[in-house]
Amino acid sequence: MNARIVEALKTRFGEKAIEASEFRGELTLVVPGESIVEVCRFLRDDPVFKFDFLADLSGLDMFTPAKRFAAVYNLYSLSNKHRIRLKVFTEEEDPKLPTVTGVWGTANWHERETYDMFGIVFEGHPDLRRVYMPDEFEHHPLRKDFPLMGIPGSLPLPKK
Amino acid sequence: MEQRTEEVSRKSRILQALEDQHTSVSFEDALENDMILNMGPQHPATHGVLRLLIRLDGETVVGCVPEIGYLHRGYEKLAENCTFHEFIPHTDRLDYLSPLSNNTAYVLAVEKLLGIEAPPRAQYLRVMISELARISSHLMFLGSLAMDVGALTVWMWSFREREKQYDLFENIAGARFTTSYTRIGGLAQDVSPETLAMVKTFVDELPGHILECEKLLNTNRIFLERTDGIGVISTGQAIDLGFTGPGLRACGVGHDLRKANPYLVYKDLDFDVPVYTGGDALARYYVRMDEMRESVKLIQQVLQKMPAGDVHAFKPKKVLPRKEQVYTKMEELIHDFMIVNFGIEPPVGEIYSAVEAPKGELGFYIYSNGEGSPWRLKIRSPSFVNLQTLPIMMKGCMISDVVAIIGSLDPVMGEADK
Repeated sequence: MNARIVEALKTRFGEKAIEASEFRGELTLVVPGESIVEVCRFLRDDPVFKFDFLADLSGLDMFTPAKRFAAVYNLYSLSNKHRIRLKVFTEEEDPKLPTVTGVWGTANWHERETYDMFGIVFEGHPDLRRVYMPDEFEHHPLRKDFPLMGIPGSLPLPKK
Repeated sequence: MEQRTEEVSRKSRILQALEDQHTSVSFEDALENDMILNMGPQHPATHGVLRLLIRLDGETVVGCVPEIGYLHRGYEKLAENCTFHEFIPHTDRLDYLSPLSNNTAYVLAVEKLLGIEAPPRAQYLRVMISELARISSHLMFLGSLAMDVGALTVWMWSFREREKQYDLFENIAGARFTTSYTRIGGLAQDVSPETLAMVKTFVDELPGHILECEKLLNTNRIFLERTDGIGVISTGQAIDLGFTGPGLRACGVGHDLRKANPYLVYKDLDFDVPVYTGGDALARYYVRMDEMRESVKLIQQVLQKMPAGDVHAFKPKKVLPRKEQVYTKMEELIHDFMIVNFGIEPPVGEIYSAVEAPKGELGFYIYSNGEGSPWRLKIRSPSFVNLQTLPIMMKGCMISDVVAIIGSLDPVMGEADK
């Protein structure tokens, strides 16, 4: 199954666009940011693969100068009972990715969480607000440069 | 200006009516405007600290915006700063109604990353504790849904059964609530034959007690009218919104990870996946009641089939050694020191491992860079995703149905907020 998915994607999007790796039988595909929506739509609508279920979407901070942030999409096919993972990198300065809420509705809150925790802006998202932290909070807690103990004064306490 | 004087006169009319102790004051267009009702975060029917902003037209819900994050404790950040073993107690605090199931889900993910497997007895015991946790969670659902729609007796009865379960958990894990029972590559300790006998008595008696509760509810007109056709979600919407667990199975999709991608020893055990097609609160109730009976079946099979043997895998650099050996043997002392201080040193790689938790798909995405603690650990919690369906379910229902819908969804905020 994994080999067929890689082959289909490479014929559709070009040899260089898709970078595939496998670990413990799980396929990870690195996809360029601008084509993520088309890749997702292709995988969802393909009559053989049918990845109709977005199980999870998470952010990832690699803490490297180039390609610092990534969004990780864990896809599942209810009919084939198969999982794959898509990964999209974005830069430290002005991290932006197109939204996939148009492909799977469940991406809505997942993208809000990723924005809240990593500061990745999902362009075209219908309601990109913070989901856990207060709206006036300025930092993104799951970034590697955010200290574990928090930043003193960053969470304003109610006035006495 | 004119509007303001009207408002003042309205207020004074209410005030006047109150002073005169009239109870029948009426306005011609009192329901002309929508009203925003803030429900929670501190509200007994929201099952924790869920906050809902509900737009009402009279008594009809026009829209609903769930706000979460009031119990956010930053477990994903904590995970990056503690070793893989140290994170096990934190998993208790995710879905605190079924900690044993979370423990199992987490160690399965780490074992997948490491490429090791627990011995057969440990796997059977993990199935047993996961199913006990499922029963515990569903009993809580049963009691709270019934209480939300006004039947207090069922709450008492289901908690009587949960109390027995907590006694079992205490015997199995040493703690009633925060169990932390599993270990990477095995379990904290084996279960004694006396405890297994207690488990057997419990599961043999449970179907009778479930039947008692069902007798109170299944033909109860109030209960049926409060749940039948309430909070409907279509199959397409459910899949689109990532709905999992009993809620999805109540929409006619027979998706259960125990059958679809069997883990542990589920493929050797015989059980059915109950599926209903209503997609409403009543269907979700039926699914969970049937699932409890399936769990009883599973536990009975586990008790029959469970082999004897060790409950820890023999992988000295990955699995914590036994305490009695740490104190008496040099090798084990060294391994214990290394694992506790530097961690288990997994390979570089990333995995996603999911199990069918009582509330849906509980997944862990782990990105490891070869160090003792995970570089990134993402918890895919079912309650977080399931709560996204609330606005769809609530649209068009009555204000009194809101608590029934939340009850039928059975969210746990510890898990949704992480």
